[in-house]
Amino acid sequence: MTLIDFNSILPVILLVVWALVMLLLDVWFGKRVPLLTPVMAVAGLVLSLAASLYQIGQQASAFNGMIRVDGFSIFLNNLFALSGIVAIGLGYDYLKRVGISEGEYYVLLLFSISGMMLMGSAGDLIIVFLSLELLSIPLYVLAGIDHKRDASREASLKYFLLGTMASAFVLFGIAFVYGAAGTTSLYGITEAVSQGKVQQFLLICGSALLLAGFGFKVAAVPFHSWTPDVYHGSPSSVTAFMSVGAKAAGFAALIRVFSLNFTAIAIELTPLFWVLSALTMIVGNVVAVAQTNLKRMLAYSSIAHAGYILMAFVGFGDAAVRQNSIASALFYLAAYALTSLGAWSVLVAVEQQDGSGNEISDLAGLGKTAPSLAAAMVVFMLSFTGIPLTLGFWGKFYLFRTAIEGGFTYLAVAGLLTSLVSAFYYLRVVVKMYFQPGEALAHKGRLTSLIATILAILVVGLAFVPGYLFNLAAAGLIAGA
Amino acid sequence: MNSAINPLLLVTFFPLVGVLLILLLGSTGKNTARWIALLTSLVTFALSLWLLMQFDSTKGGIQMEINLPWLTLGGNTVGFHLGVDGISILMVLLTALLTPIAILSTWKAVEERVSGFMSFFLLLETGMMGVFLSLDMVLFYIFWEFTLVPMYFLIGLWGSQRRVYAAVKFVLYTMAGSLLMLAGILWVGLTYGGFDLTKLTDSAIPFTAQLWLFGAFGLAFAIKVPMWPLHSWLPDAHTEAPTAGSVILAGVLLKMGAYGFLRFNLPLFPQATLTLAPWMAGLAVIGILYGAIVAFRQKDVKRLVAYSSISHLGFVVLGTFALTAQGVQGAILQMVNHGLSTGALFLIVGMLYERRHTRLMADFGGLWRVTPLLGSLTLVTVLSSVGLPGLNGFVGEFTILMGAFHSTILASPWFAVVATLGVILAAVYLLHMFQQVFLGPVRHPENEKLADLSPREVILLAPLLLLAFWIGLYPAPFFRLMSPAVEQLLALIQTVVQTAH
Repeated sequence: MTLIDFNSILPVILLVVWALVMLLLDVWFGKRVPLLTPVMAVAGLVLSLAASLYQIGQQASAFNGMIRVDGFSIFLNNLFALSGIVAIGLGYDYLKRVGISEGEYYVLLLFSISGMMLMGSAGDLIIVFLSLELLSIPLYVLAGIDHKRDASREASLKYFLLGTMASAFVLFGIAFVYGAAGTTSLYGITEAVSQGKVQQFLLICGSALLLAGFGFKVAAVPFHSWTPDVYHGSPSSVTAFMSVGAKAAGFAALIRVFSLNFTAIAIELTPLFWVLSALTMIVGNVVAVAQTNLKRMLAYSSIAHAGYILMAFVGFGDAAVRQNSIASALFYLAAYALTSLGAWSVLVAVEQQDGSGNEISDLAGLGKTAPSLAAAMVVFMLSFTGIPLTLGFWGKFYLFRTAIEGGFTYLAVAGLLTSLVSAFYYLRVVVKMYFQPGEALAHKGRLTSLIATILAILVVGLAFVPGYLFNLAAAGLIAGA
Repeated sequence: MNSAINPLLLVTFFPLVGVLLILLLGSTGKNTARWIALLTSLVTFALSLWLLMQFDSTKGGIQMEINLPWLTLGGNTVGFHLGVDGISILMVLLTALLTPIAILSTWKAVEERVSGFMSFFLLLETGMMGVFLSLDMVLFYIFWEFTLVPMYFLIGLWGSQRRVYAAVKFVLYTMAGSLLMLAGILWVGLTYGGFDLTKLTDSAIPFTAQLWLFGAFGLAFAIKVPMWPLHSWLPDAHTEAPTAGSVILAGVLLKMGAYGFLRFNLPLFPQATLTLAPWMAGLAVIGILYGAIVAFRQKDVKRLVAYSSISHLGFVVLGTFALTAQGVQGAILQMVNHGLSTGALFLIVGMLYERRHTRLMADFGGLWRVTPLLGSLTLVTVLSSVGLPGLNGFVGEFTILMGAFHSTILASPWFAVVATLGVILAAVYLLHMFQQVFLGPVRHPENEKLADLSPREVILLAPLLLLAFWIGLYPAPFFRLMSPAVEQLLALIQTVVQTAH
């Protein structure tokens, strides 16, 4: 292992080693010093974040091309680390309240994040598959960590069974691509394609299978059916992280693999993406209207948002649009991460010990009983809808702009119209909180409220100066794409 | 420009100072929030007068421009670009005038969550100013959509019984239009290399694209105006909103739609405008008659005034698409007139409601004898809305009808002739309302002891009615203010007519 190799995976290595140390320390001291594990977990993520910030501006290929450090991986690493920190904050309050006091929560979270980071910098299909497993398996366990509740166990099993099937699809797809190109290295495949040494048919089969596998991870219709049940059954602080981390990791794989390897067959794939994106936006938003449970509503809303991100990516075959495709997807992921973590943190705050309190009607009167929490929720709902002066607006603006730039005006119009549908159910939350009398209970967990407030301030504040985040996203280039 | 700070920035963002103060001091009491809001809006009004003094009405084109780069996104720059011309300055003045009046009208009516109400109101003022002053399409869209948020809460939190339904309907209707406008904005911006409105007007967009874009932008504006058949959100929103909300909704928010036609559709898509003008005028005429007939059938005074808005705004659209100097000038003046008269009418309905807690005409009758001052001021307001010569409504409607009658683009006097029926119908339903409420014997004993206007209420109505007389008797300064801008706009369309022939 050379120094370049070491540097390139420093954020991941730090996290893995740190998590292993935590596992030991938790066994020895966890009972006596309950604060130890969460604080250490945050410290580990901060270290990893520092390492990833240190990489900014670097470009490297390590481990014989297995690992790639570029703008894309660095942007995503930061995103994963930051949402991990938020998830730990949410988990600390939540676990104490619902009576899950397991140090494994934090350790598993760290393992999962290390998998996501590895996914962001994958330079080889083998690494893609390994990191997919590394990020998923801890999540399967986390979904069931509240094992005294049936729903949590069910969510875990469902996620595991469907998740392994998706992994099988990915693996099968990798086999096809290997058969077509004779290599699993992403850059090797690119080279083989450009030299015309691949079997077109096998490549198309492989890409379709990969799309199905990644589509599962990002919860795109028709691979979305696990989402509502898993989001609903898992402990809320886990779902908060899952809705951001797993989705971003899925997109990391999708974007990197497709924009590197499959641009040559983009003509065949673009209609597929088009339909996938339109279906995801329509089904996600329309079904969300019918939900009465806030967790399920947010689950369908997260499906819908995957559709919006796919919309940016429909034009990935067009070299002139590709940079904007990637940058707008990254920007949207960041905006979505802040908003989604915020919305789930409000949910964490209102959920009761017995798992009730997450119906939309349970929010009635929250505007009076917990004004700052309710105000934060308004910000998140507006941001999800895409109303100006929230980060969500700029996210959608950039996505729609990219779709229209790529010539997919009809798809953009479909996206805009489904946004209108989404306004209906997001506003319903606001209606409940402010316009209807009720005695919504909110827990006085100070950390959760603090997180919700900070995220709300970021969602609004960054909307005034989005240029900074735009530039960061625009620097999130994939080397060679 | 000598002054260090651009007056447009001050007019747009000064209300936010009030919001900040309310957030800091709001907990000290209801009256603190009220006074902060009132004083802030009065200062904003003073600032708008200062803006008027600096405005050179002999020149067309944009003045006091401020253009700062805001952000760059995939090669396109979104600028913070504000500017004022002869059309927008009147809208700015109207906004600045109506806001303090609306705030003063809530002194007794709003007792709950006063600081929240006042904050939303001032936020709304900033949003409206931004809409009228933006010269960048994205900036315009941001302000346009942003006005939804405070208005949604104003209706939803402080409205009457069916407020939630009305608030949601208001937001969804408006968003349906504006999302398509966003698609249009993006398409124009990407195809013609930028979102800056001043740079776009000379780029010739192909005719088919113009038709599509006219539709995308026009739908957003037509819903906001509202034009028949997209009006159905308006009666609900107006009726359920608190009085101050209705005043601003009718007085300013509807004008955003009419203003949008003038600012975007006419100069950006002139060929499509020429082709579609008769259709738009036709819809406007239907709206005039439809609003008037439905207004006549109403039992609720506030609903009646709401439907009268549909009818009156029909005149504005008719004048706009007559595409003659008279028509467009009349339309702009009628936008101001409608803000004054309908604003005053909604204030009066609010005053009646505060006294009797009902808005049904059947519950009143004979109020002239009990409250003579209210009665006489209402009569003046009604006559101004009807269009009696000597008052503002007449000048606006007459100019519009003249413009439509002589319009070569509409090419038929029938638009004007049928629209004239609307003027007659307005007299019927408004005088009918006046008769039901104020004339005849006192039918209900509760009405015997109603208080007449308080000094505060007189102060509310006085500026509106004084302006109504001023415009009615001497409208020349108003026309002078807008005519260079209107001539410039029509000259642009004229060149298209000539190249077409």
